[in-house]
Formats: sequence, structure tokens, C-alpha cells
Amino acid sequence: MDNNKHFEQLAEIRSLMEKSSRFISLSGLSGILAGTYALIGAFIARKHIKNSENYLEFIEGYSSIYRTDLTDYQFFIALGFGVMALSLITGFILTRRRARDVQQKIWDKAAWRMLINMAIPMAAGGMFCAILLHHGYIGMVAPATLLFYGLALLNGSKYTLDTIRHLGIAEIALGLIAAFDIGNGLFYWAAGFGVLHILYGARMWWKFERK
Amino acid sequence: MIEKINKAFESRVRLGAMSVLMVNDWMDFNSLKSLLDVTDGNLSSHITALEKLDYIEIRKEFVGKRPKTSYRVTQLGRKAFQDHLKALENLLSGLQ
Repeated sequence: MDNNKHFEQLAEIRSLMEKSSRFISLSGLSGILAGTYALIGAFIARKHIKNSENYLEFIEGYSSIYRTDLTDYQFFIALGFGVMALSLITGFILTRRRARDVQQKIWDKAAWRMLINMAIPMAAGGMFCAILLHHGYIGMVAPATLLFYGLALLNGSKYTLDTIRHLGIAEIALGLIAAFDIGNGLFYWAAGFGVLHILYGARMWWKFERK
Repeated sequence: MIEKINKAFESRVRLGAMSVLMVNDWMDFNSLKSLLDVTDGNLSSHITALEKLDYIEIRKEFVGKRPKTSYRVTQLGRKAFQDHLKALENLLSGLQ
């Protein structure tokens, strides 16, 4: 006679443990859109490189930024930030909507823990890439961003959906492959930030958001 | 020996509070309140009950000028909750 009550108790325990320790409102749809922005960005960058005077340097992956024209770098940095900002805004809006669906606050302890744990490797990676640029190792920038991004996801995944962990591992693997194949950075960037985001975003959407 | 269903966890709020504290180290009152979706008075009376049983411990500190109270499960509380879970599982698996 009490069976239903016991079932309910177990279900409630499970749901509360999950809700309080993991940020489960991450939206898969935002992953798909971020991936799409990244692909568009990569396409624009590719056009720009082809028309650039420094074409050879991009292919060889080594350059002295003291010597070359800085406008290329400014263009890529602006493009990169543009793609990132657009992705973050989309991610925020969709995740807020999703949080409402699963009745989780967008800004709770689990979200904070996930962000802090992602931010540390990301900041280290950002500084490391600036150092690479400073030394002129532009060919290593793409592999390094993928590697650090993968590590950041892996670290943050303890506090969110498991799919993020798998995405992190995929980004790390891709970063290592890219490190061998210097000169094709843009291709790996498009694969890592574009294709992988779309694939794993779709997987998350399929698993959790589909109605 | 079959573990007994623990009467302390019969209330939805106490069960919920313990579930949250089992997987979080030091959780503050307001976070707990919003997760469980209960009123201040309701939560604090159940918290007091759990504290009297020595299932949870309390830490009080000041963040700026505002007091902040946080909670954590004790060894005893952890054991009691795990036994309760086992009892629930046994009851349900015995039925199949």
C-alpha cells in the first residue's frame, strides 16, 4: 500500500541529488547554433587568408609578428571575438529558456561550479596562446585552443551533463592531431568549434530536449 | 538484517534536505530553500529536527554584514540516509 510513496521518495531523492550537484539546463540547441556560427566564421576567415599577402606564412605556420602587417591579426581576433560573443549570447538565452523547463535556476551553485572549473583551464589556454603569438608560433595556436578548450570542458563536465565530457575528450584528440598537421589550423578549428559542437549539441538535444 | 525505514525521513522536506546535502559539501540555507521550494519557517523547523538527531552539522559565518548559515551531513547522518535508501530498495525489490 505504501509502494507508491516509496517509489516517489526514491524518484525525489534522485532528482534533488541531480539538480543540486549538476547544471542540467545546458541547451543542446545552443551547441548546434554555436557550431554553425563557427563554421560561418571559418568560411569568412578562409576567404580572408586566400586574399592575404601573408598566405605563405599561414601555410607554414610560423611568422614573426614584429615583421608582418598587424591588420591580419586584428581581423582574426575581431572575427574570433565576434563568433564567441554571438555563441555566448545565444547560449545564455537558450539555456535560460531550458532552465525554466527543467525548473532549475540559471544561476545556482552547480552553474557557478561548472563555470569556475571551465574558466581556469580556459584562462590558462588564452594566456598560452597569447604567448605563442608573441613568439610567432601561429601554427600552434589552433591546436592549443582546441586542447585547452577540451581540457576546460572535461573539467567542467563534472558539474553538468555527461555529453560535455565526451565533447571535451573529442576536442583534446582533435587538438593533438592538429598539432601534427601544422598549417591546416583553420580546418581543425572549423572541425572542433563547428562540426563537433553541432554533433554533440544535436546529441544533447536528441537525448534531453526532444519533445 | 533488513534495514528499517527511518521515520526521520518521512517528511518530504527532511528527505529532500538530506538528499541535497549528501552530494554537496556545505550548502547554505537560501540555496537549500530554493532547491526544495519551501518557506523559511518550514525549512528551519525540519533542519532543527535533523540537527537534533545529529544527522547534520551547522556552520555560521558572516558574509559582509549578513549572517550565513550552512549545513553539512555528519557521518551518522550519511549512514542513516544510506540505510534508509537500502530499506526503500529492499522493500521495492521484494515486491517484484
